[in-house]
Amino acid sequence: MLTGIPVSHGISIAPAVRLTHTTPTAQKPVVASVDVARELVLFDQSVEQTREQLDQLREQTNLQLGPEKAAILSAHLAFLEDPAFVGEMKSLIESQSIDAAAAVEQVADQFISLFESMDDDYMRERADDIRDVSRRLVRNLSGEDSSVYYPEEPFILVAWDITPSETLQLPIQNVRGIVTAKGGATSHAAILARSLGIPAVMGVGEQLMAEVDSGGLLILDGATGELYNQPDRDTLSRYQEKAALEAAERQAYEAMRDLPAETVDGHRVQLVANMAVPEEADTLVESGIEGIGLFRSEFLFMDRSSLPDEEEQFQAYKRVASAFGDKPVIIRTLDVGGDKHLPALALAQEDNPFLGFRAIRISLARPALFRVQLRALLRASAFGQLLIMFPMISHLEQLRESKAMLEQAKSELREEGISFDENITVGMMMEIPGACLQADAFAKEVQFFSIGTNDLVQYTLAVDRMNGEIADLYSYYHPAVLRLISNVIEASHRAGIWTGLCGEMAGDPLATKLLLGLGLDEFSGAASVMPKVKERIRSTTLEQAKQLAAHALTLSTVEDVVRFLKDETE
Amino acid sequence: MIEFQVTVMVEGGLHARPAALLVNRAAQSQSKITLNKGDKQADGRSILGIMTLGVAQGDHLTVQIEGSDEEHVAWAIQQMFHASS
Repeated sequence: MLTGIPVSHGISIAPAVRLTHTTPTAQKPVVASVDVARELVLFDQSVEQTREQLDQLREQTNLQLGPEKAAILSAHLAFLEDPAFVGEMKSLIESQSIDAAAAVEQVADQFISLFESMDDDYMRERADDIRDVSRRLVRNLSGEDSSVYYPEEPFILVAWDITPSETLQLPIQNVRGIVTAKGGATSHAAILARSLGIPAVMGVGEQLMAEVDSGGLLILDGATGELYNQPDRDTLSRYQEKAALEAAERQAYEAMRDLPAETVDGHRVQLVANMAVPEEADTLVESGIEGIGLFRSEFLFMDRSSLPDEEEQFQAYKRVASAFGDKPVIIRTLDVGGDKHLPALALAQEDNPFLGFRAIRISLARPALFRVQLRALLRASAFGQLLIMFPMISHLEQLRESKAMLEQAKSELREEGISFDENITVGMMMEIPGACLQADAFAKEVQFFSIGTNDLVQYTLAVDRMNGEIADLYSYYHPAVLRLISNVIEASHRAGIWTGLCGEMAGDPLATKLLLGLGLDEFSGAASVMPKVKERIRSTTLEQAKQLAAHALTLSTVEDVVRFLKDETE
Repeated sequence: MIEFQVTVMVEGGLHARPAALLVNRAAQSQSKITLNKGDKQADGRSILGIMTLGVAQGDHLTVQIEGSDEEHVAWAIQQMFHASS
């Protein structure tokens, strides 16, 4: 079994197809007597052919995926006009009498190492673009058809890495899965896989290419990151069952798609989804989800050296808000700290980043940054049902200050005559135990709470969830966590506001009845698990759930709580 | 020859998109355009040359333009840097 980073969930069983490139490292011996004139003609032809391919691909990409993705190809086309690139290759052929492919590689290598040595992340990534274009040139020179031939049948794509233009050329209808040796959750291919709902695992490492051959059967589990190459009969039948179950569940949920998340006795709650990148919006809208309970704005700030300006943020928020129409979209303001690599913010490394300078603390310390985000959010609120949520509030002053800045941004926009939702709903994350204990005070000054169990458990139990040594201590079924959750929900209802939950717990079917009984109004988890939660809600009454929750609150260990819930659900 | 200094105000510096704008303008001119940052030089017609200069927001560049339409081109390029500030 191989494992990698789970990037896009789902199980897929299909033959592997390796995406092979002409390996640029296979150095041919330098032939002394190259026919220079002939090489120059071949080179020109290859440039022309490459230009035509890129032109066509750009047009197609523009139509299918939009101008943003097509801009990558415009940059590639610009390289073909560059005297320092193409011109340099030609003069190398002439001056050193080397064959065209060798000239392409020499010049490309120079630029690749130049880009890779730059200290700007954006520029470092441009090395991939140079690789992409030079591979194409070399392939066209060798007369090899550069359009990779994919089978007409379903397959799982296996590759060392996938260049942006290769991603855009995949025959999506037959791609059942994507596996790469390199890359991670934010690569082009990962984002595309998620937005199209194709299971994907990335960053498997070198063994992938050593072990997996084209044509061999592959099992890919996009939820766990597991891969089985040429599985034995037992594994295969186990996964076939799992896949069949998944498919059956999908169908069952499909049938439930348009039914409300309502208990047998008519108590209605909201089932919404968490979202990380705007590309997911369209798939989510189709999945029949009732809205977005948590849209993390961090994606706009990651992997780049400059901060996104108001216009860029506005466009991104607007896109999401309008995709969901009248369904609510909760956007959380920037929630990062020293544990994330954010060159644009130049945050210092901290010994204790989860207790340090992060989230709302950064926003309030850098009002210029916060102001831009608030203005962009307000402007986008004119295009849908947008709600604003502040992360990591521990002190009432922070909430008041954040709201004051929001009011300030509103009056600026009013003066500028820019429209926005005057009655935009404002809420806060409940993820710090201190705030949960003081929920009654906070409830008077916001319109909703959203409990973030992932951080709440970490802070309540003093357990770093990334530390494997103490992983067994980390549980949202800990009685102290349950009491905090109960306290927050009760305080919110006394003040006449609602409470949602946007941690993993919201998508855990074992916790559904308990949360329902505690009075939770909104469940926000990964879209893939929400149908299961809906089924649980539709199969109980509010009264039963309340009794279950009341009893669960009397239990004193994690083990007791879990055993009780398991007994009750089975 | 005309020589002048500009301060790059484009957010994120001269990355692919602004560099492409500059190259397009250079390609329409009859003059030779050279960008200097410190002791590094780039041909105004080369998008990769400009990108690998590694020009960040706030950097100063010296621009040299030489050719029959140098005055016109100098004006256009100055406008470009100002417009994007």
